[in-house]
Amino acid sequence: MARITLENLKHSYADKPENDDDWALKHLEFECADGGAYALLGPSGCGKTTLLNIISGLLRPTQGRVLFDGEDVTDFMPDRRNIAQVFQFPVVYDTMSVYDNLAFPLRNRGIAGEALDKRVRLIAEMIDLTDTLHQRAAGLTADGKQKISLGRGLVRDDVNVIMFDEPLTVIDPHLKWQLRSKLKELHQQVGTTMIYVTHDQIEALTFAEQVVVMHEGSVVQIGTPVELFEKPQHTFVGHFIGSPGMNVIGCELDKGKATLAGTPVATAPVKNEPQPGANLEIGVRPEFITFAKSGIPVNVVRVSDTGRFSIVETKHKDQSIKLLVPEGGIIPSEAAHIRFDAKHTQIYADSRIIT
Amino acid sequence: MATKTTNQKAWLFVIPVVLLVAFNAVIPLMTVVNYSVQETFGDNVFFWEGVKWFEQVLQSERFHAALGRQLVFTSIILLVEIPLGIAVALTMPRKGPWVSVCLVLMALPLLIPWNVVGSMWNIFALPETGLLGKGLNVLGFDYNFTRQPLAAWFTTILMDVWHWTSLVVLLAYAGLCSIPDAFYQAAKIDGAGRWAIFRFIQLPKMKRVLTIAILLRFMDSFMIYTEPFVLTGGGPGNTTTFLSIDLVKVALGQFDLGPAAAMSLIYFLIVLLVCWVFYTLMMKDEVE
Repeated sequence: MARITLENLKHSYADKPENDDDWALKHLEFECADGGAYALLGPSGCGKTTLLNIISGLLRPTQGRVLFDGEDVTDFMPDRRNIAQVFQFPVVYDTMSVYDNLAFPLRNRGIAGEALDKRVRLIAEMIDLTDTLHQRAAGLTADGKQKISLGRGLVRDDVNVIMFDEPLTVIDPHLKWQLRSKLKELHQQVGTTMIYVTHDQIEALTFAEQVVVMHEGSVVQIGTPVELFEKPQHTFVGHFIGSPGMNVIGCELDKGKATLAGTPVATAPVKNEPQPGANLEIGVRPEFITFAKSGIPVNVVRVSDTGRFSIVETKHKDQSIKLLVPEGGIIPSEAAHIRFDAKHTQIYADSRIIT
Repeated sequence: MATKTTNQKAWLFVIPVVLLVAFNAVIPLMTVVNYSVQETFGDNVFFWEGVKWFEQVLQSERFHAALGRQLVFTSIILLVEIPLGIAVALTMPRKGPWVSVCLVLMALPLLIPWNVVGSMWNIFALPETGLLGKGLNVLGFDYNFTRQPLAAWFTTILMDVWHWTSLVVLLAYAGLCSIPDAFYQAAKIDGAGRWAIFRFIQLPKMKRVLTIAILLRFMDSFMIYTEPFVLTGGGPGNTTTFLSIDLVKVALGQFDLGPAAAMSLIYFLIVLLVCWVFYTLMMKDEVE
């Protein structure tokens, strides 16, 4: 178990990175607390797998340092870093039994006899593989194999961190939920630091205590699921998390008061004055918009019923604004007014929050 | 219940295949079977002989000797080429410009016709003028493959290794390339050493292609004819007379068609049997 510090990290796959696009990771700096459950969330190609491989030691960063409990491990190979990783596709040693698979990392480190047997059986019990312990690993289903991968990480009781690289990709939907709860349960049981990489917001938000949202090689926000939802630090976070995502609407700002094409809008208080000429936008989640007698005039364009609530798409001038109306709520047919919940209405300057 | 329409005319579509198989497999094979149970003196006059030729072949010391030589030759070929092929495949690069260079170099020997390979090695190994033969003699080895049985065997095996190891290399390389990176990464993380990676990842993942490689090399080397025929002509004496060389001697040299047919069938059944046993054993684990 360890605290993981990433210091001034940059990585490029090009030999001589020239412009900004050559960097897969652009300046990263953050710390994972010992025993925490973290998720790295972002769309494909945002650099999350690169980051994961840097932490595990499969890749050496172009610049910067990786510290485990304050010790510089940047030059260490994966086996010396003492970490475990579960990959997107299950990796099992086909010719071995489940038991031998779980014992493999221990045997490679010179552990044998009763200590090994006890540990393997304990882990098999934890991940519900006791019944299949003596079957060939090749004969198991995808979720069974993924459990073996996980087990091979858990079996060493001194691992610094267990990392998951989109581990549920090949798992049947009805088993995903099960395996995800199992992971959470295991985390509470063993208390190892865990880092979970995914592009699925539900997986990230249900697994992690802290979610690290990445976008084009940078971290845009680190926070609890609630923080990400209620106060996105970057319009990307607002878009990416939530379904439908946050409304981002162009606006003007005058002496700390926002106006939307002339209509004043109440927002959270502005904390940092934006740079002159910055692109200003209002961000508000569909959950925090309601129809009202007065406010911002809109036209209702489309209503999609999702069961528990309806997603109503409206237009204010040529800007599209979505809002959620709970089941049974009244939806005006054409012209209407909407009101934003001021506490949850943020202003962004060049995509970064200023309220 | 609805009545099914039956239309047997569809069978007509099968006729081309039936004809093709008949002319390139069934009829030639049955001709051999026909000869193997009869005696002929030409003019299409046949006398029924039953299993006499089979008994004769199976009891002949000449056949035993040729079969023995064949088995020793094939065993040596497999024992040398398979490990060597795997070893070469493991050292080949998996990325970069050298991949295509290596692949072309590897494929070259496979593109050369059998009799050319035989002639090449014949010239190469001649003790008086050939680079290999002359070289060995200059270095102090008494080497003459046309007179010494051991030298003849050595040259034949070296020639086959040169010609066919590439096939094993290419197949093993294909197997290695299909292993996802995650397996190597997981092995690194699990602290596996070089040998463990080979034993538990690379070898199991190569199993299918290696099965094919072993089967192909078994069949080809067991039926080898042209190269040793051109190189040594089966000599000195009979020391490199393998099964097919012997068979041709019986069939075309002595024109003993009956015994030759019986020998062909026995030969064919041995190849079939060994392949079947081997394949069944290799695939046993896969089914469970």
